Amino acid sequence: MDKIYTHPRALRKTVTHYCPGCGHGILHRIIAEVVDELAIREKVIGIAPVGCAVIAYDYWDFDCSEAAHGRALAVATAIKRVRKENIVFTYQGDGDLAAIGTNETIHAANRGENLTVIFINNAIYGMTGGQMAPTTLLNQKTATTPKGRNAQLQGYPLKISEMLALLPGVKYIERTSLHSPQEIIKTKKAIKQAFLNQVENIGFSLVEVLSPCPTYWGISPSQSLNWIRDTMVKEFPLGRIK
Amino acid sequence: MRQKSIKKILISGNEAIAEGAIRAGCTFYAGYPITPQNELIGYMAEHMQDRGGVFIQAESEVAAINMVYGAAATGVRAMTSSSSPGVSLKQEGISYIAGAELPVVIVNIMRGGPGLGNIWPGQSDYFQATRGGGHGDYRCIVLAPANVQECYDMMILAFNLADQYRNPVLILGDAMLGQMMEPLNTSTKFVIKNVDKSWALTGCKDRKPNIVKSFYMVKGDLEKFNLKLQKKYEALQAKEERWEEFLVKDAKLVLVAYGSMARIAKAAVKTLRLKGKKVGLIRPITLWPFPKQAFKKPKDKYLVVEMSYGQLIEDVKLSLSVNAQVGFIGRAGGGFPSEEEIIVKANKLYNG
Repeated sequence: MDKIYTHPRALRKTVTHYCPGCGHGILHRIIAEVVDELAIREKVIGIAPVGCAVIAYDYWDFDCSEAAHGRALAVATAIKRVRKENIVFTYQGDGDLAAIGTNETIHAANRGENLTVIFINNAIYGMTGGQMAPTTLLNQKTATTPKGRNAQLQGYPLKISEMLALLPGVKYIERTSLHSPQEIIKTKKAIKQAFLNQVENIGFSLVEVLSPCPTYWGISPSQSLNWIRDTMVKEFPLGRIK
Repeated sequence: MRQKSIKKILISGNEAIAEGAIRAGCTFYAGYPITPQNELIGYMAEHMQDRGGVFIQAESEVAAINMVYGAAATGVRAMTSSSSPGVSLKQEGISYIAGAELPVVIVNIMRGGPGLGNIWPGQSDYFQATRGGGHGDYRCIVLAPANVQECYDMMILAFNLADQYRNPVLILGDAMLGQMMEPLNTSTKFVIKNVDKSWALTGCKDRKPNIVKSFYMVKGDLEKFNLKLQKKYEALQAKEERWEEFLVKDAKLVLVAYGSMARIAKAAVKTLRLKGKKVGLIRPITLWPFPKQAFKKPKDKYLVVEMSYGQLIEDVKLSLSVNAQVGFIGRAGGGFPSEEEIIVKANKLYNG
């Protein structure tokens, strides 16, 4: 019988620190599978963010660098420019990519750096205890919006993928979700495309993934998946953006 | 016999630093324009790519310092430059560079502060440079050139020290030095010391994955790492102190100044000597590690001369094992003590 499911070579055999129902574990595995399938483990350099995935390098089994909060794309830009033969990607949360690191994000995209960006949008700050993210929905309660996000006071959910799509340097953007097995398959397909684009020197590619955070959404893992499906996708529609 | 002619070029301090860096093997530069160091970024823009390197005009000083973090993480020689307000912005990145033990060279062509200040010469970033500057217990190696030739010659030392100690190196100049043009002899032989960089990110072919980081969450690990850093700093203090002495041997009063300020102080020493005053000069070249050994046999009197309000004087006092008389003359915000002002102050101290 053929073995059709196995532990990816690019993923270390270890227990992660993530909460039950968190999306990071699924995404780490998808990236590892894609790295294996494209046979790039020996060339890949990952940039781990500051946020819940800060120790992603303890889970992936390839070269990685830490970056200061928001600076992953500045670090990645330099690595790729001096080592074109390597495959360089950043793994960033919504606060990292769309709040503190907005400047680095926009300018790396505008320069058309040949990089792959995996952008995890869970509409909240996980590691620091559930504060408002730039992508927090209107009326969503967080530690810093206890009465719900109010557009008058906190503005609107930031659609940075749509903003980036306006830039000529950007070649590929897709928004996917982890709320069902079908969507996870689509997510993997998009991530593979984003890596393949770099291998083929096509240019800046970003996949935004809607990901559950049951702990700070204050609901169960299964309710979290339903919340993405029924509520979050209305603000952040899935599909190819560019 | 005809003397062999030495070719000299007329060049500014900023450009000399840039050319020195390229000849010292720097292949990555990222920066953001700020006066008075724009000739440096301009020189890099013009030359870096043609000579096989990478030049990036970053979107901010914050991005620039994180770009050199990334480049250095792959093992190449990387540099950024700025001036006071821009270097303040880089401090978080410098702390990460120290924490990840990356060899990076950072140039600060100081201007007047605080805040936006002005674009005139200053030395008011001395504390920021020598005490770490960002968060955490770390030190940068700080080198202070005093003329255009030194701006150039010091770059090979800067990159070699950065590699050898896996530590950020700061070149601390000022607007006067950066803007001034002087003849430069570029025949100095630069010996690039190649060190093992098996820690660098190159892809994990035929080896275990490498990780560049400054994060230690397991209890006790960060303390261990800090102790390792402290050992490195002790080694630096023991081996890398550098300074220049001028007529110190028989001096009763020794002036202490660094960078372009030391040139004015030296002129004052020469004038005072002509009048029979036994006066000398100590010019720290490494501001950190501070040349404590230069003060091992203390003189009766010192006069610290700064383009700041009492920063260098703290290290002078900390280096003296006895209660010597330490006078001070300093100006900041664009002004600097003139030769005449220094002489008046020195005479008072000398005769007092």
